[in-house]
Amino acid sequence: MSESEDPYENLTITTGAVVEPNTSRVNKTGSWRQFKPVINVDACIACGQCDTYCPDQAAKPVEGEDYYGFDLDYCKGCGICEEVCPTDAIDMIREEK
Amino acid sequence: MSSDLQDQDFTDELEHDEELWNPGHRACAGCGPALAMKYITEAAGENTIISQPTGCMEVVSTPYPESSWGTSYIHNIFENGASVASGIEAAYKAFDRRDPDHLDVQDSDDLNIIAVGGDGATADIGIRALSGMMERGHDVLYIMYDNEAYMNTGVQRSSQTPFGASTTTSPAGDESIGNDTNKKDMTSIAADHGVEYVATASISNPHDFKQKVEKALEIDGPKFLHVYSPCPVGWSYESSKTVELAELAVETGLFPVFEMEDGEITSVNKISDRKPVREWLEKQGRFKHLFDGEEPSEEAIEELQTWIDERAEDLGLDA
Repeated sequence: MSESEDPYENLTITTGAVVEPNTSRVNKTGSWRQFKPVINVDACIACGQCDTYCPDQAAKPVEGEDYYGFDLDYCKGCGICEEVCPTDAIDMIREEK
Repeated sequence: MSSDLQDQDFTDELEHDEELWNPGHRACAGCGPALAMKYITEAAGENTIISQPTGCMEVVSTPYPESSWGTSYIHNIFENGASVASGIEAAYKAFDRRDPDHLDVQDSDDLNIIAVGGDGATADIGIRALSGMMERGHDVLYIMYDNEAYMNTGVQRSSQTPFGASTTTSPAGDESIGNDTNKKDMTSIAADHGVEYVATASISNPHDFKQKVEKALEIDGPKFLHVYSPCPVGWSYESSKTVELAELAVETGLFPVFEMEDGEITSVNKISDRKPVREWLEKQGRFKHLFDGEEPSEEAIEELQTWIDERAEDLGLDA
């Protein structure tokens, strides 16, 4: 993931309230989550359906592996990935925090 | 629950692309319109200017000083997403005419100007601006993401709210079956302006939607796309069912998927064994009152089914 600058550093209101692109990444929406997706790596066929239908860009291929994982910094726990997974490799479990 | 599953975490080992619709946006879990924004940016690419009127997607993506967008983006007030996009297009053409080397973009065909509004900002509040944009012939793609009410302000009905839906301004009760109008046909309104390319798509089929965005961007002049994107909060269903409900709306014929070119319907996503609309209604809290077994409720479901059947016949929807 590309590093974007912290928009809250030296915060002032610019003329026209112009902001830099890609800066919402500072907002870690993973804290909203109540249910957490977990993957059965043996059942995952790396089809990418979870990635396609994730509104939060949180389901991505795991580097060097043939399965997908979840970005817990941003996953809001909606559970769409569990619904669209063709091999039922994803389970939503209540997260213990 | 075994603790190793609780500990499973691949966050630091994931391969991210350079996304133009960034995470960290404040859309609710399971948001359908957020998926539409993701597909729009994937299809259009970074050489794009997005003009967006007020609405859910504006509010969640640009709280100062943050932006979820990797493209150029301008927020404008509720009624003038299409006006601002028109102005950008006119200014771009004027700059390019005076000094072709002034801008980095070599050819106006390489630049995508897209206005993205919700159903309220498009079909109700912004329809005058949209009509002007289409009538003047600006080279802009207008995309309406349809979640069937004003969700950002608390689920008030819009002209895209379907018949029978309970919203805060069309509440169901002893004397009311909920919203008493059918969805306004925005595709015909756009086509009657002489818009060359008009199409509908659903977030349940991103491949089809992205193809339509790409096809539209190839065409000079105004284009109009209507994309169906369910809202878990306003429709009252579990957030995991967003894609399923978008697909069911297509399979029941409530939301037909088709393309119009030069005012004629040129392709229709045919449905074999079209499902009764009841199957889609019963999965949503906003239609709960229609399943109380009373006669007015049965009549309301029948009325909505009749409207769908008539449109299906007009469009040749059934395979």
